[in-house]
Amino acid sequence: MAERFTKSMARNIYLGGSVFFVLLFLALTFDTQVRAMPERDNRDQLTEEVVRGKHLWEENNCVGCHSIMGEGAYFAPELANVFDRRGGGNTEVFKSYMRAWMSSQPTGIPGRHQMPDFNLTQREIDDLAAFLEWTSKIDDNGWPPNIEG
Amino acid sequence: MMKYESQRVAMPYFVFALILFAGQIVFGLILGLQYVVGDFLFPEIPFNVARMVHTNLLIVWLLFGFMGATYYLVPEEAQTELHSPLLAWILFWVFAAAGTLTILGYLFVDYATLADVTMNKLLPTMGREFLEQPTITKIGIAVVVVAFLYNIGMTALKGRKTVVNIVLMTGLVGLAVLWLFSFYNPSNLTQDKYFWWFVVHLWVEGVWELIMGAILAYVLIKLTGVDREVIEKWLYVIIAMALITGIIGTGHHFFWIGPPEYWLWLGSVFSALEPLPFFMMVIFAFNMINRRRRNHPNKAAMLWAMGTTVMAFLGAGVWGFLHTLAPVNWFTHGTQITAAHGHMAFYGAYVMIVLTIISYAMPIMRGRPYGNSNTAQIVEMWGFWLMTISMVFITLFLTGAGILQVWLQRMPESGDALSFMAGQDQLSVFYWMRFVAGTFFMAGLVIYLGSFFIKGAAAPAEEVRGPATEDA
Repeated sequence: MAERFTKSMARNIYLGGSVFFVLLFLALTFDTQVRAMPERDNRDQLTEEVVRGKHLWEENNCVGCHSIMGEGAYFAPELANVFDRRGGGNTEVFKSYMRAWMSSQPTGIPGRHQMPDFNLTQREIDDLAAFLEWTSKIDDNGWPPNIEG
Repeated sequence: MMKYESQRVAMPYFVFALILFAGQIVFGLILGLQYVVGDFLFPEIPFNVARMVHTNLLIVWLLFGFMGATYYLVPEEAQTELHSPLLAWILFWVFAAAGTLTILGYLFVDYATLADVTMNKLLPTMGREFLEQPTITKIGIAVVVVAFLYNIGMTALKGRKTVVNIVLMTGLVGLAVLWLFSFYNPSNLTQDKYFWWFVVHLWVEGVWELIMGAILAYVLIKLTGVDREVIEKWLYVIIAMALITGIIGTGHHFFWIGPPEYWLWLGSVFSALEPLPFFMMVIFAFNMINRRRRNHPNKAAMLWAMGTTVMAFLGAGVWGFLHTLAPVNWFTHGTQITAAHGHMAFYGAYVMIVLTIISYAMPIMRGRPYGNSNTAQIVEMWGFWLMTISMVFITLFLTGAGILQVWLQRMPESGDALSFMAGQDQLSVFYWMRFVAGTFFMAGLVIYLGSFFIKGAAAPAEEVRGPATEDA
């Protein structure tokens, strides 16, 4: 670097640049969380059932194999749109699908990816279904590209 | 030469880091095999458990590596003994015990039971990617990091305040502050995800780059003898670029998880610039080495220092850029392309910078001030090449898998697209090749670890282009 570009100039770019962008990031975060998100995440539908479902999702480490909104592991299918894919967008259909699915795991088919049996009760499966249904209705700019997730 | 006796406390941190590294790779191989032999080790070690062990071991051993690096270089930069070597030892055992217990908990206790017995209900933080640790472990990490920062802060404050120390401390304080977001887990999934990235992105594409830059600058000062003023100026420019691009660059994670559309633009533009600081690190390292004032006999450390910049640029920079623009990410988000990028970026930037400081500092702590014997260095460099080339192939095979996955599962319209599992069947040839590359990586690691058992030391450095400004 040219001699006229001094160390203190470099330091000032670092300090000024990082302070500016930290503040900008905080302002954008405020706008996103306070103004934009209530319109987009259907939080009025966030029932106790959905909250219980989220805790079940976490306490069984579902994200260790599945992705949800594209985040997580890539060993098992995307689940943010599974309500549309397997339930056809119908709550009752999806709940019965989930009950049938959960009770048939693991398949035990040799060589295939195996999903453990998490020993969930009927009510817990319904909670999980409610959580996945709620998630499917978040405005995520239309992702994923198709129903397969 | 080790100038301060208390620097030696870095040794257990480095040794334990390497042991956990070996464990991480064993679980990586298990995961690689489970991709093609789906019921391998089922139900004893299901995929989610092995993955949690693989990623958490990585995070913990890198933290051990960063702490070891800090204990080694801060006293020397500050020209004073460490504030409390005893505290450093206590924290080592606390962190090692907590880390080991957590990993054993993952392996031997059902995860839901682990959540139950660690009282996750009181403050639910578990079950989120990379933040799977029980809440009690998360608190333990916070306590260890705060006590560590106290020890290092007291050391840095009482001595010479160099740019390397200031930047390293800034990165570590940032790491600690951002960790607090791991305790924030709102019931609203979109908010949970948004602030989850405050830990994950702002660590690896933010403050960790400060830590990496500071360690690299320190090693380059030592190896090349180039004037500190020049190196510090580079360091400032690099970290300025890292934060100017990386903070708003967080937006590339906000495309499809709920936040509004302006993030599509902000995330794309700023994260497209994120390769810049990594590119500058390459120019920086090679420039300093060309302008070196001594031929340092520790050639292996020099190779790691060059290697980490190149591989970080490829893995974090180029492979990140490949899928960071929103119109591309629309198709690639959450596919094997992400996995490919994650592997090479973590290896290039953070694994290799820790191995760089280990390569430089371990021989000195073992009474070999100019490095290991020629034989040991050659073996270590074999380890370097085998691990690095294997990682290039792991990345290429995962990229191939990812492209095919996008083609089969993402590009076609609903109805024509293959389902996730049907698509996975088509990718198995790539997964098999990735597994083979993984076994070569393991072989490289074994050779690398073997180099530590070869005796002998290198001869003193010879000076070139006039006297070096600092000791080797």
